[in-house]
Amino acid sequence: MKLDARIPSGDLAQKWDNYRFASKLVNPANRRKFTIIVVGTGLAGASASATLAEQGYNVKTFCIQDSPRRAHSIAAQGGINAAKNYQNDGDSVLRLFYDTIKGGDFRAREANVYRLAQVSGNIIDQCVAQGVPFAREYGGTLANRSFGGAQVSRTFYARGQTGQQLLLGAYGALSRQIHSGRVTMYNRREMMDLVVIDGRARGITARNLMNGELESHAADAVVLATGGYGNVYFLSTNAMASNVTAAWRACKHGAGFANPCFVQIHPTCIPVHGDYQSKLTLMSESLRNDGRVWVPIQKGDQRPAAAIPEAERDYYLEKKYPSFGNLVPRDVASRNAKEQCDGGKGVGSTGLAVYLDFAEAIKRDGEATILKKYGNLFQMYEKITAANPLHEPMMIYPAVHYTMGGLWVDYNLMTTIPGLFALGECNFSDHGANRLGASALMQGLADGYFIIATSIAGYIGASSLQPVAATDPAFDESRKNVADRIHRLLRNSMRGPAGKVTVDEVHKQLGRLLWDNCGMARNKAGLEAALEQLPAIRDQFWNDVYIPGNATDINQSLERAGRVADFLEFAEIMIRDALAREESCGCHLREESQTAENEAQRDDANYSHVSVWEYQGEGEPPVMHREPLVFDNVTPSQRSYK
Amino acid sequence: MSSIDLTLQIWRQKNNDSLGHLETYPLSGINTDMSFLEMLDVLNEQLTRAGKEPVAFDHDCREGICGMCGAVVNGIAHGPERETTLCQLHMRNFRSGDTLVIEPFRSRAFPIRKDLMVDRSAFDRIIQSGGYVSVNTGGTPDANTIPIPSQVAELAMDAAACIGCGACVASCPNGAAMLFTGAKISQLCLLPQGQPERRQRALAMVETMDREGFGNCTNARECEAVCPKGISIRNIARLNQEFLAASLLEG
Repeated sequence: MKLDARIPSGDLAQKWDNYRFASKLVNPANRRKFTIIVVGTGLAGASASATLAEQGYNVKTFCIQDSPRRAHSIAAQGGINAAKNYQNDGDSVLRLFYDTIKGGDFRAREANVYRLAQVSGNIIDQCVAQGVPFAREYGGTLANRSFGGAQVSRTFYARGQTGQQLLLGAYGALSRQIHSGRVTMYNRREMMDLVVIDGRARGITARNLMNGELESHAADAVVLATGGYGNVYFLSTNAMASNVTAAWRACKHGAGFANPCFVQIHPTCIPVHGDYQSKLTLMSESLRNDGRVWVPIQKGDQRPAAAIPEAERDYYLEKKYPSFGNLVPRDVASRNAKEQCDGGKGVGSTGLAVYLDFAEAIKRDGEATILKKYGNLFQMYEKITAANPLHEPMMIYPAVHYTMGGLWVDYNLMTTIPGLFALGECNFSDHGANRLGASALMQGLADGYFIIATSIAGYIGASSLQPVAATDPAFDESRKNVADRIHRLLRNSMRGPAGKVTVDEVHKQLGRLLWDNCGMARNKAGLEAALEQLPAIRDQFWNDVYIPGNATDINQSLERAGRVADFLEFAEIMIRDALAREESCGCHLREESQTAENEAQRDDANYSHVSVWEYQGEGEPPVMHREPLVFDNVTPSQRSYK
Repeated sequence: MSSIDLTLQIWRQKNNDSLGHLETYPLSGINTDMSFLEMLDVLNEQLTRAGKEPVAFDHDCREGICGMCGAVVNGIAHGPERETTLCQLHMRNFRSGDTLVIEPFRSRAFPIRKDLMVDRSAFDRIIQSGGYVSVNTGGTPDANTIPIPSQVAELAMDAAACIGCGACVASCPNGAAMLFTGAKISQLCLLPQGQPERRQRALAMVETMDREGFGNCTNARECEAVCPKGISIRNIARLNQEFLAASLLEG
């Protein structure tokens, strides 16, 4: 596997211009001769589909839900960053770039991150032009809020529903192209396989979830915008259908998978409360603007929050990190919450929670102001927990939220398979080992609106692509492989459920294994044990899983089984990646690598690289390659938020 | 937290061509901290272990924003708690011994796919006919060159909060989609960005709404009562106003 990041020459600030100037173009009249497949309709997929169609390409877009508007980007709450400097508080492209690189603990590529910061302002312009109802000041200009990991106010928001409003903007643009006939939309389809012909991505095999039919779709390029793999842990804040299948299938065809062990555990989620629980709910990090995090000073203090006097509360983030206080980056906040709970100071019935208290902010600003900012979040919290954050502090605990790892891409967002691109959370490119809040929306839309069209033109312009039809034998073979796999999934179910396990039971086992051994804190012994236990869970799945129903009707158990089967394979490269990275960095603490004060200890001498995993076939251990990270413009420093 | 026992009567239907029926399932030991969908998960795990087909239902984010889930519970879309999607409805709203009748969102324009799953693609087609500002990517002015008073942005946001779940249609005696359509028309007609296409938008979206088989509003206000996002029927008034003005001026 050859890793050429294709970083353009020139000064950091000139690279994107240089790249666009050097890139091949496709004449507007010729674009209609090319078909692009886009899988996924979140911010990245919807914006890419609309933009490519506007430019004249034929676009075929696929989504797993009943409508492209449901994609999980819709659940993002807090906001979107952009270096507009509307607040005149010292923000700039360079500062957003630096904050993002530093927030990612110096494990992202400079050139990609700088470009992200460069186009961030255009995103806000685009969304406003679409009619996205961002929050406004009384004078009519756009409002901003602050977010973790930054000391400027650069986050644009639409109440606590920013992701929804941005996604509906992109969905509107996509809908307009569907109406014009430039985009053909395929709802309720799941990508089951990538079709590679002569070394290039030329199409996909999709399963129609309504009738089980396997469909072949040919194209000149394939764009994956299929999100992250957080659901490998079973419990996460991801939507139930979020999965790794499309990315993992691409990996099995030769696409490198970068930094799979980089998983973000978000600090402010509603704590787990029972075995039946199906997912975790995030409370936007923006709450930390006004909420104060604390635990009782006394271990095992069972008194209700209100009965604990001020002097017996430990506002541990404010104490430990006086300059950032409650607004430290997500990884720092999560790790500290875990540390408090591991030390016996956790609150709530399980002891796995800390308080997030709004009392002081309410006293300062009044209930009305706080409700205007966070009303929908408070309401959501109350619905789930039956407790009102106006009257008692919220209880929060970290939960799996976002995956910085993803398909390896070069500067053009192309994977190691020519013609296969990956956008948004599906790729690894911009967030290093930790993503800052309000940066996922920025990256998804930057990739989709402003970057992919240049890359597609560059690819098509520079390649002499032969026409390929869906009747090519490669498509027949792919459909046959997919059908065989579905048959294998169902073969144990003929004799009924006795002595069998359900898909969810296996998924929960896998999730527990990863949460315990490959979560916020990891060590060599635990990871090795997990690697050893994994094959047994995998075998149990393939030998004993019971799936009711058949493959020709709507069958949600079968859909889940296919995704869990891929998670079971994928988990191996996650664990191996975590084992190989013997340093603490970004979101994870490698227990063997700590400073004297028990802070994460990065190891730039040995791990300043992207780990890229190459699939070697069933039963063969995957091979790791390295893309060294070069920092010409920033000096990696040990992060300090003190 | 406590535990309750329930009797569920759930609509089972193989597909749109077959007839459906209510089937009864006793379900005991339900933790009241569970969400409604987690309660259905528990039922489905039990059905699976018994070798029976689980109940098909749409769901995804399970935090009340994707708009994918929804069913009628004891005659009320998304169940008894106000401004709540089915996934955010928790079992503490029910008592031990309750019988819950669970049916799909019914409407002529929403064919049933299986059990509680319906096809709401008619909503997508309404949006496709004009529920956007026709602006290509790139070449847009700086965001602050379009000043919008805070109150106007808030009103537009009230309308834009629609999640497209279809509860409004399922509860309307006329099967109207006017709350859904009115919400999008309102958002865009309130904002300066929506002005250039204001009239064509109203005409096109209403025409699509009619063609898809949705009915018309007679102010029963059932939609507003069940809307999980509290979208007001003022948005229907705005739709009527926009449609009327557009018909007079363009028609």
